[in-house]
Amino acid sequence: MAIPKVCGIETEYGILVRGNANEATSNPVSASSLLINAYLAANRRVGWDFEDEHPGTDARGFSVDDLLAPSIDTHLVNAVLTNGARYYVDHAHPEISTPECLTAREALVFDRAAEEVVRASMDAANRLLPDGAEILCHKNNSDGKGNSYGCHENYLVARDVPFARIVQQITPHFVTRQVVVGAGKVGCEAPGLNANDVPYQLSQRADFFEEEVGLETTLKRPIVNTRDEPHCDPNKYRRLHVIVGDANMSEVATYVKLGGTAIVLAMIEDDVLGDDLALSNPVHAIRQVSYDPSLQRTVMLRNGQRMTALELQWALVERARKYERSHGLAAVGEDVGREVLSLWEGILTGLEADPATVAHQVDWVAKQRLVQGYAERHGARPNDARLKALDLQYHDLRRDKCLALRVGLQTLTDDAEVQRATSQPPLTTRAYFRGRCLAKWPGLIVAANWDSLVFDIGREPLRRVPMMEPLRGTAESVARLIDESDTPAELLARLGA
Amino acid sequence: MAERTQKQKPAPSRTEDTVEAAPAVAGSGDKLKAELDDLLDEIDGVLETNAEDFVKSYVQKGGQ
Repeated sequence: MAIPKVCGIETEYGILVRGNANEATSNPVSASSLLINAYLAANRRVGWDFEDEHPGTDARGFSVDDLLAPSIDTHLVNAVLTNGARYYVDHAHPEISTPECLTAREALVFDRAAEEVVRASMDAANRLLPDGAEILCHKNNSDGKGNSYGCHENYLVARDVPFARIVQQITPHFVTRQVVVGAGKVGCEAPGLNANDVPYQLSQRADFFEEEVGLETTLKRPIVNTRDEPHCDPNKYRRLHVIVGDANMSEVATYVKLGGTAIVLAMIEDDVLGDDLALSNPVHAIRQVSYDPSLQRTVMLRNGQRMTALELQWALVERARKYERSHGLAAVGEDVGREVLSLWEGILTGLEADPATVAHQVDWVAKQRLVQGYAERHGARPNDARLKALDLQYHDLRRDKCLALRVGLQTLTDDAEVQRATSQPPLTTRAYFRGRCLAKWPGLIVAANWDSLVFDIGREPLRRVPMMEPLRGTAESVARLIDESDTPAELLARLGA
Repeated sequence: MAERTQKQKPAPSRTEDTVEAAPAVAGSGDKLKAELDDLLDEIDGVLETNAEDFVKSYVQKGGQ
């Protein structure tokens, strides 16, 4: 049976400095650092920047290369939050990786919490800037000028699943899931095409994918990324790093993106999905699907058949229903799996009948209605800057400017759980151990990474606690130990480390 | 933004070709249209004042 689909999501946010920028905000790297540092300073109890607090890496008594690569390899901010997330500067963008979550439902809450952390960061940073200057962040994936930045998903997969099978069988889902979870984009950034050729498309990212499979993430991006960096026991697990998705503003979309993909991966792991949906040219197809909001065009399968993206998505959902009956959905959480399948089916049904009926769930539909309505009212042509402004502002994280907050998107989380998730870790994975220890002994943890914590127990040497099992260190197994230990030394003794 | 209450319909059958069984949505077509009109009324006050400058200035470094 498929192993639990532990998952997480990492988002690079767009960042823009406006007004009388001073030296501290003169470029996006320093602006991102200022943004994150302002948050950490204003929320002293929720995060630690290891670079700041431990500048003398040599003094730590262990090999930084072993323990922290690639976390601390520059002067850039690298904070771990008490919710188990990582908040850092990556490729000139502020980025948050959620903690490891047991289900898509949890990951949705932590993705929302990440948005709130960025909103709080903007507020904190803007208080530090001169009058008239401000930092804006967007949860999107492209600037409309050919520059893209990612929203990556991660899923735990058993190491013994042949990688070739994963590539072969997940690709049709990655090419076609954008009809459900695409975030929508005004215009086109593929070489040689512009808004007159493609006025509107389903996906922010489809323009940037040039290969079927490969290691790259910044150039010649592949639909299936082969990065093999499990951050856990490499003999047992693989972390499938998914770079093909859009950052979603719709909670339903984030939920179905993570939950639906987890179900497809569970089917692949249990080898029930089959190869017959393989596409003849996935790179061509991913753009073709994105460029067709009518959802009518077909893509060619390797077996010569032609199907629409919707039909391919239906085929996957039907197989998922069969899988539910034969194997159950324990790998993704039974309740979560049922809810995701039901939402997924509902969206496909609505898209077939009239996309407007799912405008409260599907980002590209919500944005398209806004753009079309505006264009009709003002007689705006496809390349009118106002339409692109609407697109950008859909993703603007300022509450008073964000259009996604105004289009009536259905919500699945409540404010209290999101707020809690900005500082408290999930209970169900090793992130619990990481977050709780950081909250309780901030000064005594000298390094925190996905798969280890390094404690200063008051005498040499520093003690490293490996966390190679994503589902060990949960609240159930360590909450009492942490509660009852006064010092890390005591905790480690009780852990038998 | 108020949450929309959704009634989840049972899984639609794929064996039928008619797609009458659209999921329950928050409002009828007219209501959706009226909401969009309201939003478009509001949007001029929300949209960046100089859309062209804003779009032009929105330049990001490529990321992953």
